[in-house]
Amino acid sequence: MAITFDKALGIHEQALMLRTQRNEILATNIANADTPNYKARDIDFAAAMERARPRAGTQSVTLQATHSGHIGVDGQSQLSPLGAQLQYRTPHQPSLDGNTVEMHIEQSAYADNALRYQASLQFLGSKFSSLKNVITGGR
Amino acid sequence: MASILDIAGSAMNAQMLRLNTTASNLANANTVSSTEQGAYRAKQTVFATIMDATNALSANPAGSPVGGVNVPEIVESQAPVPKRYEPGNPMADADGYVYASNVNEVEEMANMISASRSYQSNAEIFNTTKTLMLRTLQLGQ
Repeated sequence: MAITFDKALGIHEQALMLRTQRNEILATNIANADTPNYKARDIDFAAAMERARPRAGTQSVTLQATHSGHIGVDGQSQLSPLGAQLQYRTPHQPSLDGNTVEMHIEQSAYADNALRYQASLQFLGSKFSSLKNVITGGR
Repeated sequence: MASILDIAGSAMNAQMLRLNTTASNLANANTVSSTEQGAYRAKQTVFATIMDATNALSANPAGSPVGGVNVPEIVESQAPVPKRYEPGNPMADADGYVYASNVNEVEEMANMISASRSYQSNAEIFNTTKTLMLRTLQLGQ
C-alpha cells in the first residue's frame, strides 16, 4: 500500500485553500463597508467543500472541459475545482446608498473563518508530525 | 493571502483620506472669504471598489488589489455658501458681507467616527491575517 501525501493529508489541504479564499472574500466585504452600491458576497462553504472532496469509489459522469469558461453539469467551472461560486448576501437592513455590507455579520463570519482556518492548520500540522513520527520510528 | 493585506491596506488608505478631508473641513468650518467663489466648500471623498482588470468599467492603475477600495475623486459640496452681514469684519466686501464655508459640522463629526471605526475594522483584518500567515509558516514544526 503506497502512502501518498494526498492520502495522508486528507481533506485538510482543500479545506485550508477554501478557507483562504473565503477569508479574502470576507476581507473584501469589510474593506468595502463604506462603498456605495457595493453588494456583500460570500461562498457556500459546505457546497464548495463537497465539490472539492475527491470521491472515493464512485465514478461520476462529467463533461470534458477544454476551456476555462466551460460549465460543468452542476453549473460551475470545471477546470477550477476550488472555484467556489460567489453568491450575494441577503441583507437584513440594506442601507440607502445601495450597500449591503452589515459589519457585525461580516466581522463574526471573518472571526469564525479565521478560527476554522487555524483548526485546519492544526489538523494538517498533526498529520505532518505523525508522518515524521512514522519516519523516525517513534524515536 | 497576500492580497488580503493589499485589500485591507487599500481600505485603510481610503479611510485615512476620508479622515483627512474631514479634518480639513472641520478646520475650515469657520473661515470666511470676501468673495462667494473664494469661500471654503466642504470636500467629500468618493469610494469605489477596485474591479477586475477584465472589467471594462474599471480604470484602476496596474497592480492595485482587486476587491480593494480606491478613491476616484474628491468632490466639493454644492450647497450654497452662507452670506453674512458683518461690516466690521476686515474680510467684508464693499457691501459689508462675508461668505462663510458650507461645512456641516454635525455631518463631519459623524463622518469622522464612521471613518475611524472602519479603519479599526480593517486594521483588525490586517492583524488577523498576519497571525494566520505566521501560523502557516510554522506548519509542521
